[in-house]
Amino acid sequence: MMNKLLLSTILSASLALPAVAAEVAAGDTLAENQEYTYWLLDAIKSMDPQINTDVEGSGIMRSLFEGLYNEDQVGNLVPGVATSYELSDDKTTYTFHLRDNAKWSNGDPVTANDFVYAWKRLADPATASEYAWYIELMQIVNASEIIAGEKPVDELGVKAVDDHTFEVKITAPLPYFPSMTTHASVFPVNKAVVEAGGDKWTEPGNLVGNGAYVLKEHILGEKVVMERNPMYWDDAKTIITKATALTINDNNAALTRYLAGELDRVDIPAGQYPSLKEQYPDQAVSVPQSCSYIYMFNLDEAKGPAALKDVRVRKALSYAIDRDTIVDKILQGGQAPSYNWTHAATAGFEMPEIDYASWPQEEKFAKAKELLAEAGYGPDNPLKLTLNYNTSENHKKIAIAIQQFWKSVGVEMTPNNMEWKVHTDKMQNQDFEVARYAWCGDYNEASTYLDLFTSYSGHNNGKFFNDRYDELMKESKTAADPAPLYKEAEQILAENMPFAPIYQYTKVEMIKPDMRGMSVNNLMQNWYLKDMYRVAN
Amino acid sequence: MLSYVIKRLAVAVPTLLLLIIISFLLMHAAPGGPFTQERALPPQVLANLEAKYGLDQPLWRQLFSYVWGIIAHFDFGPSFIYKDRTVNEIIAQGFPVTLTYGFISFLVAVAVGVSLGIAAAIRHNTFLDYLAVGVSIGAQVLPNFVMAPILLLTFTYWLRWLPGGGWEGGQWEYMVMPVIALSTSFMASIARITRASMLEVLTSNHIRTARAKGLPERKVILRHALKPALLPVLSYLGPAFVTMITGSVVVDFYFSTGGIGRSFVDSALNRDYAVMLGVTILVGALTILFNLVVDILYAWIDPKIRY
Repeated sequence: MMNKLLLSTILSASLALPAVAAEVAAGDTLAENQEYTYWLLDAIKSMDPQINTDVEGSGIMRSLFEGLYNEDQVGNLVPGVATSYELSDDKTTYTFHLRDNAKWSNGDPVTANDFVYAWKRLADPATASEYAWYIELMQIVNASEIIAGEKPVDELGVKAVDDHTFEVKITAPLPYFPSMTTHASVFPVNKAVVEAGGDKWTEPGNLVGNGAYVLKEHILGEKVVMERNPMYWDDAKTIITKATALTINDNNAALTRYLAGELDRVDIPAGQYPSLKEQYPDQAVSVPQSCSYIYMFNLDEAKGPAALKDVRVRKALSYAIDRDTIVDKILQGGQAPSYNWTHAATAGFEMPEIDYASWPQEEKFAKAKELLAEAGYGPDNPLKLTLNYNTSENHKKIAIAIQQFWKSVGVEMTPNNMEWKVHTDKMQNQDFEVARYAWCGDYNEASTYLDLFTSYSGHNNGKFFNDRYDELMKESKTAADPAPLYKEAEQILAENMPFAPIYQYTKVEMIKPDMRGMSVNNLMQNWYLKDMYRVAN
Repeated sequence: MLSYVIKRLAVAVPTLLLLIIISFLLMHAAPGGPFTQERALPPQVLANLEAKYGLDQPLWRQLFSYVWGIIAHFDFGPSFIYKDRTVNEIIAQGFPVTLTYGFISFLVAVAVGVSLGIAAAIRHNTFLDYLAVGVSIGAQVLPNFVMAPILLLTFTYWLRWLPGGGWEGGQWEYMVMPVIALSTSFMASIARITRASMLEVLTSNHIRTARAKGLPERKVILRHALKPALLPVLSYLGPAFVTMITGSVVVDFYFSTGGIGRSFVDSALNRDYAVMLGVTILVGALTILFNLVVDILYAWIDPKIRY
């Protein structure tokens, strides 16, 4: 990339920088064909930014719509509809300046009112968005009260000062607020179009967006087709002419079709990375992805098993997992063994010293046995546990491996496979002993992980409570440098072991060698179609 | 006959109603709901969603308003997961696809299966018989989830003859693999049933009489043996036809046809209540209808059967 824009998301000063479009690298010659076809595991559930909930849908949203800010190929914030912003001295009022040449695909100008409408729409109980919590997470004034139906939606802390000035009031300083505006649920929508179209406004032909592409076809379970939007303000720099997303519910089928030349990008099924890398060194890619895989322990006062309330037992269970074997022999996709919660590649995150991370595995097993003996478990009185996991070949393989590891220290674990919804329901009701769990970051900052283990988090399914931990996380929201606080929080987790960390994700995929601008080094895996292009071979 | 048909149709209504009630209750008995997800929704957000979709109402009222929606407006409700779509739209998009490849698969399965069965029976205990039996057993034991990847590897990856999936409005090259994958095991069953029943018919008295009066073998088979031999096949074809036109999960998942087959599994796993009931009712109604059609055909083929 020629203009590499390095822009810290934590900047609170005013900023005005050129946006990134497809920046053709020096020496690259564009190919004649600029069509792109990629893989979707599932059908897209909704084309409405405020209704969409899934990652695959978000990729499409980023092509059809554009928010205040975008991300560049490594995840730095770059202008979208907003060109700059100012933050008030008390750090609770953001004033975004919007570009005057942004247009909807029907030619209407994109104004601050469109953002006001969309953000209110997200909070409105009548919209009933599953992502309404996101606007609460952004701490926008009155968001929680509006969602709870206690205040009218008009009282949301957003305002169009004029057509090109959008003002947002938040309840407390939030250093990463600007980077949260890249999320699809806060993309603008065109009020007139939404109201005229009703339930049908997201159909191809009806849908009006402000992104670089327009929706041409959307056939459930088959495909989504997008074409260039000539009204997009940066269309002159957009290169890919047409993108097709094919729904293929079977990853192996998708890989076969990639190898047959039908797709330009596809995930690699577990275990196939080493051989594909050898065969196609220029196409097989493994890069960090912001998700963390753990076994959660149920510490709930009433429902958690007594044994797990003993920290020695929890530590022993965590020590007795041979993570290297799991990543090297089962997953084989470059995943990293994990001894903490936050993904190591998260921006601004400093990995704390975690004692057992550096012990040889033999020592970990020995220590585990010792701790279990101290806690009163041994050959005469073996610890018996049940592990819940949802249906998946990988989860099963890992469960069986861990069953063996634990057996070697005298723990009898019974893996209990259940369907996804049942597994989730049981976890959320604390009906489990040990449960497989994974969390993917919503944004590239450690609090997206660490907030989960606060006592007030709605996702703390294992019911781990620690006062100091809560304090640290509260303090981090306003701290000038939260990194040391995060470090201490991670150490509390390692000390109390409310879960056993297992591995950190990588995105393992095949990408055609002539594709450029694919944002593989963006930890959140947020790609922008408008930044991509194909080079001539 | 007419009164019989009317009677059967009258019974169909309570049958369908019972089907709806049982499916509805079973569905709600399963843990989790459409909005259960890894990151639990805050209670207030969940409450707003449940209010929007009427899931906050007592079960009996949900059931009643669902059934009333069908009777009064033929409205099967909204999808809780594919929120841009109603169940009617999902079925309207997916059913024509499965109907098309399912119907073609049915014709292929019947044509090939019946011919194979008859050929095997006529040339009983010859090489042809062994070949036909071998082929049909082979086809039967090869489930379509094994066949689909093999087809894909062969025709898309190695030979590059056919596109690996999609529908594209029903162009023939997109149909070849779905039809092969779907029809093979049905074809095998039809062949085996036809062969067995033909063998039985060929040893019966009226065939011996037909042969004795000097009819050419062709006529014996076509005029006297075929009709009675097809009776057991027919009772198999009714349910098979419904299964085929409502598609196959494997075909839809594997070949991305966008058909309704995927909705069965998808909606059950997603707890997409309305879609699940919608496809259940569709299959239920078609099953009742085609069982009736088969019974009527029975009377037409076999004069001994009277209603």
